[in-house]
Amino acid sequence: MTLQTSTTRQPIQSNFGKAVWAVVQKDLSAELRSRELLSAMLVFSLLVILIFNFALELDIQTRRSVTAGVLWATFAFAGTLGLNRSMAIEKDRGCLDGLLLTPVDRSAIYFGKVISNFAFMLIVEAFILPIYSVLYAINLFQPGLLLVILLGSIGYTAVGTLLSAMSVQTRTRDVMLPILLFPVVIPILIAAVKASGGYLTGAEFSEIAPWLNLLVVYDVIFTSLAFMVFDYVVEE
Amino acid sequence: MEKKPTALLVLDIVSLILLAASTYFALVFAPTEAVMGAVQRVFYFHVATAWVGMLGFIAAGVSGIVYLRTQNTKWDIIEFAAVEISLVFFFIAILLGSIWARPIWNTWWTWDPRLTTAAVTELIYIAYFMLRQGLEDPDRRARFGAVYTLVGAVSVPITFMAIRLFRTIHPVVIGNGDPNASGGFSMSGDMKVAFFFALFAFTVIFIDLFWNRIRLGRLQEKVEQLKLNISQ
Repeated sequence: MTLQTSTTRQPIQSNFGKAVWAVVQKDLSAELRSRELLSAMLVFSLLVILIFNFALELDIQTRRSVTAGVLWATFAFAGTLGLNRSMAIEKDRGCLDGLLLTPVDRSAIYFGKVISNFAFMLIVEAFILPIYSVLYAINLFQPGLLLVILLGSIGYTAVGTLLSAMSVQTRTRDVMLPILLFPVVIPILIAAVKASGGYLTGAEFSEIAPWLNLLVVYDVIFTSLAFMVFDYVVEE
Repeated sequence: MEKKPTALLVLDIVSLILLAASTYFALVFAPTEAVMGAVQRVFYFHVATAWVGMLGFIAAGVSGIVYLRTQNTKWDIIEFAAVEISLVFFFIAILLGSIWARPIWNTWWTWDPRLTTAAVTELIYIAYFMLRQGLEDPDRRARFGAVYTLVGAVSVPITFMAIRLFRTIHPVVIGNGDPNASGGFSMSGDMKVAFFFALFAFTVIFIDLFWNRIRLGRLQEKVEQLKLNISQ
């Protein structure tokens, strides 16, 4: 009996993993060929940093206190650009319908999209961090800060992927995503800015820990929530 | 046309009377606070409207979940009504709070957990309306609306906790106050009467508005259905 259940469950699990991986692979290889999403996100983030540079007069004193804020504002803006585009591509060419027709669990599609969006975001961040470090002579490659960026990006893409699947189906889809997304990711932005700021100013770990906890809690809650409701969003 | 139910009509009148009585209690009956003076009278309606906003917020979240479970349009109408009422009442609460905060905190606005959370909730509601407006298919509109209220209902408490990790200056009049809060006070007997009466009155007003709005939503749906029938 136990043998039977384990043998029947095994292929389903591996199928799920395979389906997720197939979606990720599709997104990554399409992006590798066109590079339209990543290049747009990258150029956009550089422009945001440029604007902040003059808007805030990033001299040495202010730099220390606002770096975390500038970084996260940049990631958030570039993130919406990527999320929007990644879902719009699916919608425009009818890929989403194709994906939905495949005999896999809908959540596999969701997780596939989350992972590829997450990968795009990490790639952009991996470019921005050294550029920012060089431009402002500040070392951003600290393990703590990288952890915060990782945790923040997970939550951001988990909610963002769900909401972008909704926003591309609206009439005003180009402007809808940030309006839907920003008010609900405020906890992430607060916690990430506070935690990154803490690491950059060399604060005690006990001061940073609550913010890290908050990020983890948010990531867990919203990944599971999105996993539960994604079906209703793509249902025809 | 459907006739308005008598019970609802009675409730309308009761709500009006309660509103008038509550105004009397807040503005005349309650004693003037010793330190803050007359502006403290804003407090009765401020808390009551925020309370109605909270009720609407919870009602919206719950009906969003029920809609997703049952796929019954009735719950979509309820959810929409709750969001609409909550939006208006949170807005009134924010305005009244600002009127009080100007002389007491010496500013119209501060980024305190309660204030910020109320503002973020308003933004989520506005996004909710824009989302619905951008969707033509009623079925999809209802589904997306329910999903978004659910996401909002989960994120708003986390936002509150996140900002609470900073220090707050908002007074807590009921229960234990934070010693850092400014503008707190303890209520005398007559103040308590006015306060709890306002809470009661606004709860009745909430039920009345909610009922009216749900009824309106039903009629709206019926009109749409009739229009569809004619065009076919």
